[in-house]
Amino acid sequence: MTAQITPGDERILRNRVSLRMTISNSLTMAYRNLLLIRRTPQQLFDVTLQPILFTVMFTFLFGGAISGSVQGYLPIIIPGILAQTALTACITTGVQLREDMDKGVFYRFKSMPIARIAPLTGPLLADILRYSIATALTFVMGYLLGFRWASLGGAVLGGLLVVFAAWCISWIFALLGVVAPTSQVAQGISSAILFPLTFLSGAFVPTNTLPGWLQDFVNVNPLTYIVSAVRQLFNQGAIGTDFWLSIAGSVAVVAVFVPLTLMAYMRKA
Amino acid sequence: MEQRRALAIEARGLVKVFGTNRAVDGVDLAVPVGRIYALLGPNGAGKTTIINMLTTLLKPDGGSAQVFHHDVLRETQVVRQLISVTGQSAAVDEKLSGHENLTVFAMLLGFGRAEANRRATELLDEFGLTEAANLTLEKYSGGMRRRLDLACSMIVQAPLIFLDEPTTGLDPRTRLQMWDIIRRLVSTGSTIVLTTQYLDEADQLADRVAVIDHGKIVAEDTPRNLKAAIGRVTLRMQLANERDVGEAARITEQVLDTRASVPEPQQVTAPLTNSEKVTDLLIALREANIRLASVSMQEPTLDEAFLALTGGTKPTEGTVRR
Repeated sequence: MTAQITPGDERILRNRVSLRMTISNSLTMAYRNLLLIRRTPQQLFDVTLQPILFTVMFTFLFGGAISGSVQGYLPIIIPGILAQTALTACITTGVQLREDMDKGVFYRFKSMPIARIAPLTGPLLADILRYSIATALTFVMGYLLGFRWASLGGAVLGGLLVVFAAWCISWIFALLGVVAPTSQVAQGISSAILFPLTFLSGAFVPTNTLPGWLQDFVNVNPLTYIVSAVRQLFNQGAIGTDFWLSIAGSVAVVAVFVPLTLMAYMRKA
Repeated sequence: MEQRRALAIEARGLVKVFGTNRAVDGVDLAVPVGRIYALLGPNGAGKTTIINMLTTLLKPDGGSAQVFHHDVLRETQVVRQLISVTGQSAAVDEKLSGHENLTVFAMLLGFGRAEANRRATELLDEFGLTEAANLTLEKYSGGMRRRLDLACSMIVQAPLIFLDEPTTGLDPRTRLQMWDIIRRLVSTGSTIVLTTQYLDEADQLADRVAVIDHGKIVAEDTPRNLKAAIGRVTLRMQLANERDVGEAARITEQVLDTRASVPEPQQVTAPLTNSEKVTDLLIALREANIRLASVSMQEPTLDEAFLALTGGTKPTEGTVRR
């Protein structure tokens, strides 16, 4: 360290962060989150235990009552569990973001010449891994219990749809994480949203058994569309209207919640 | 000559209010390029808040500041490219290893994966952390964590480096190492702004010192001039009888031609610029029949320094007032 550095007032610098740098910073942040997961694999409990536990539990609990048999219930429940576990994984995204933002390391991120949104986009990118684990494990459990899909292509596309939709929806929980004063508050509010959203949908029961007013709610619940799109893909190997509605809905969530989250985050950061 | 030197920081009338507390209350700063500038003050004086505003972490409620002539509010991204900040608490990932921390920060600064790895290894070596490279920070001691924190700020040597209480909590040996690092950074072209609660640290390192109290700069000068105002050492006299304290303080002020304080009921202290005058004082006290239990001389505490610098605007209990 004997060489002289370039003096501060002789440097030519830009006040804008380029798109390339934003992407590069986000990828580095995602890498950081993967390192964190590797150091504390307990973080993956929710996306490993829940798919295993819920698949077995719900299938045997409701199978006989709803579909007459466990085998008959599997085509209904597996897409349901898939969407539910992915959505639960979204909650953790928001909660962990809140915890992360309270740590000392964020102090450094804020003073570094990096894209302001990278500490936000990085973790959300890394969480794709979590949704993928949840999805894959549900598949495996379903297969072990005797679930068979119509075509492999349909099954894979269904899995991808769930991961994509989960990533889009995770921005809602990211916003909650950013605005919540503590991670406990983020956890509480997220759960309060999650439970009605998953159970009051077509995820576990055929919707025609519900009272009219509840059907109205279920029919506007985006999860209903995702679940039935996945069912069509799994059971018929077909892409239906619900598939496109799910994609459109997910994109709409991103279009609304990404700017909202960024605005809230920038104000706090 | 000092005036014509280019400035690394120029701040005018900086204000930050938290609720009803004016944490920073109209601070002007002019930090010359290539120098070490110290912000000296007790806990809660507003030092960290000033740093946070200069480093774009906090928006000022009033005033303006430029870093190498770039406005901290309008050109935040440019300013961030010119500075590095090391805060009081380590800004590192507790759950990651030292090597992983450095690699991630280097990659964020634009290093490729291999380059970042190499730089991480280099810095770990330089800061004596090679053996702890792959331990997570939870297993680091406080001193190790601070060194890693500093290493993270040195991935790229910035033209302007902020160090918020860089030696607080360090053992004497590590403290000296830190001083060496700071001097080396300046010798290679960086400007340093550091905060400290220690008078001797500001004295040892800084070219200029701003003394901060209650969000205001109460004195700003070279350490040499400040010391002249404070007195090099403090004379501390323990009296045998409490009733003599007023008279003893009066005589002390008269003989030493300075301000005396009474920090404890039986104690009189005063800054000392000329040690030879102690003899005169002791004789004067004996003539007045005031008996002493003990006499000692010590480096002035920050409180005494404030008293001397502010001319008593910060009254402490037992201060003698004229």
